Amino acid sequence: MNFISDPVAFIADLLAKLLFRIGLSQIQVTVVSEFIGAFLLGVFGFSLVIFTIWLERKLYGRIQDRIGPNRVGPWGIFQTFPDMIKIFTKEYITPVGADKIVYNLAPILSVSAVLLTWAVIPFAPTIVGTDLNVGVIYLMAVGSIGALGIILAGWSSNNKYSLIGAFRAVAQVVSYEVPMILALLIPVLLGQSMGVNSLVYAQKVWFIFLAPVAAFIFFTSCMAETGRAPFDLLEAESEIVAGYQTEYSGLKFGMFYVGEFLHAFTISALVATLFLGGWRGPWAQQVPILGVAWFFMKTFLVYFVVVLIRISMPRLRIDQMLNFNWKFLTPLALVMLIVTAFVEKGFLLISPDLGLTDSALPWVRAGVHLFSNLVVVLITIQILKSHRIKAVRVVAKPRPVAVAPEPPASVIS
Amino acid sequence: MQSDWLFIGLFVLIVALFPGVPILLAGLIGPHKLSLTKSQTYECGLETVGDTWVQFRVQYYIFALTFLVFDVELVFLFPWAVAFGQLTMFGLLSGVIFILILFIELLAAWRKGVLEWA
Repeated sequence: MNFISDPVAFIADLLAKLLFRIGLSQIQVTVVSEFIGAFLLGVFGFSLVIFTIWLERKLYGRIQDRIGPNRVGPWGIFQTFPDMIKIFTKEYITPVGADKIVYNLAPILSVSAVLLTWAVIPFAPTIVGTDLNVGVIYLMAVGSIGALGIILAGWSSNNKYSLIGAFRAVAQVVSYEVPMILALLIPVLLGQSMGVNSLVYAQKVWFIFLAPVAAFIFFTSCMAETGRAPFDLLEAESEIVAGYQTEYSGLKFGMFYVGEFLHAFTISALVATLFLGGWRGPWAQQVPILGVAWFFMKTFLVYFVVVLIRISMPRLRIDQMLNFNWKFLTPLALVMLIVTAFVEKGFLLISPDLGLTDSALPWVRAGVHLFSNLVVVLITIQILKSHRIKAVRVVAKPRPVAVAPEPPASVIS
Repeated sequence: MQSDWLFIGLFVLIVALFPGVPILLAGLIGPHKLSLTKSQTYECGLETVGDTWVQFRVQYYIFALTFLVFDVELVFLFPWAVAFGQLTMFGLLSGVIFILILFIELLAAWRKGVLEWA
């Protein structure tokens, strides 16, 4: 355990020894060190937002052929701090007739639900908040609290636009949880564990190669969960002002903003952990600090894609969004789950007879799964194509045209 | 094991304080110049007509119900997926039949027109 290869465990060890010296009991030492760990994790999550807000604004600017923030600090990297100070000194305006308790609870809930996710994400083999053995269920449970924050905010604001935003949240955020959980089942099935860290250990070959369709479904439904650009119906500014956050001002609005940016980064971390091998990379197991580097490299790669999609896609209509979820993603995820189960079971039965070496086995398994995924994708494309033709025919029907009425005969003669 | 949940407990506390305390502080720092006009509900600049908490479109409710059916049943699949390596063929098939029931449920809802946004 040396300082350079694994600083977090080293410092934690040192701290525990120090606390023992002071004369605390075993339980007290555990409580204090866990408290410090939890506090640092929270601070880390929060300060990450400051960076991601800048990154996203910069990317947004560059893609729209602007420079983006460039005044405060090098490349405008400290732009978020003046913004924070500004939003900190704003007045709170609570609308008349708002449900006070719920109204104030909602922004706190929407941030803390997202931050809670970070408790189980492993940054490196040893650097993890806590390695719960039901980590995936914890992720699901915490993920659905975020939707609750949005619904509470919309309901309590005493504003019709907010209420519409909340209803859309019910339809969207809640609906997209179904394919998300179904897609989450596939890594659990392949890794045969619910602990997030042990799922990373199980990825000798990244799960994106074993289950690309599941990765796609998970990524898309997570994007919808964040309620950002292609799926930003809950705060569609051209339709319902600002949706659920219309009546919020000052830092209460700021917290929704923070929650949204943090959520976008959190889903990137989740995709990186569950499908891109998390901290896995050369020498990550020997030198845990390297695992952190691999993890953040993958996370930022996914985050870049998330931002890119946000910038380049137009908003969906609500019926399109729901159709995409219930008639495409959910059946596809169900089919994928059945196919993966059969392929995996078949491979488990056959693999002892094949006489493969330990190093070749995961790759053969990945190849088999990849092939089955490709077959499903091809069939799906065929089905989609046949439906597309029908849809075009429906659109091409002649529409009724307004025709000027015949002038009465008496006028002509 | 217990210390895992201790961490979660402490983390819940901290995570609630992180947004909560700045919101309180900002409330102390910020100005307090409330007026009746300012605290009116914002709706297109016109005065609000009628009650906000009215009857809403039933479609939202139906989607939430469909979600509920799925979500409750999906949780039962997790133990099946975790124990996948030790499953017999019977175990595998019963799991698959469970998923097929979900699928039939989806198709039934589809045919009934629940999933149409009309």
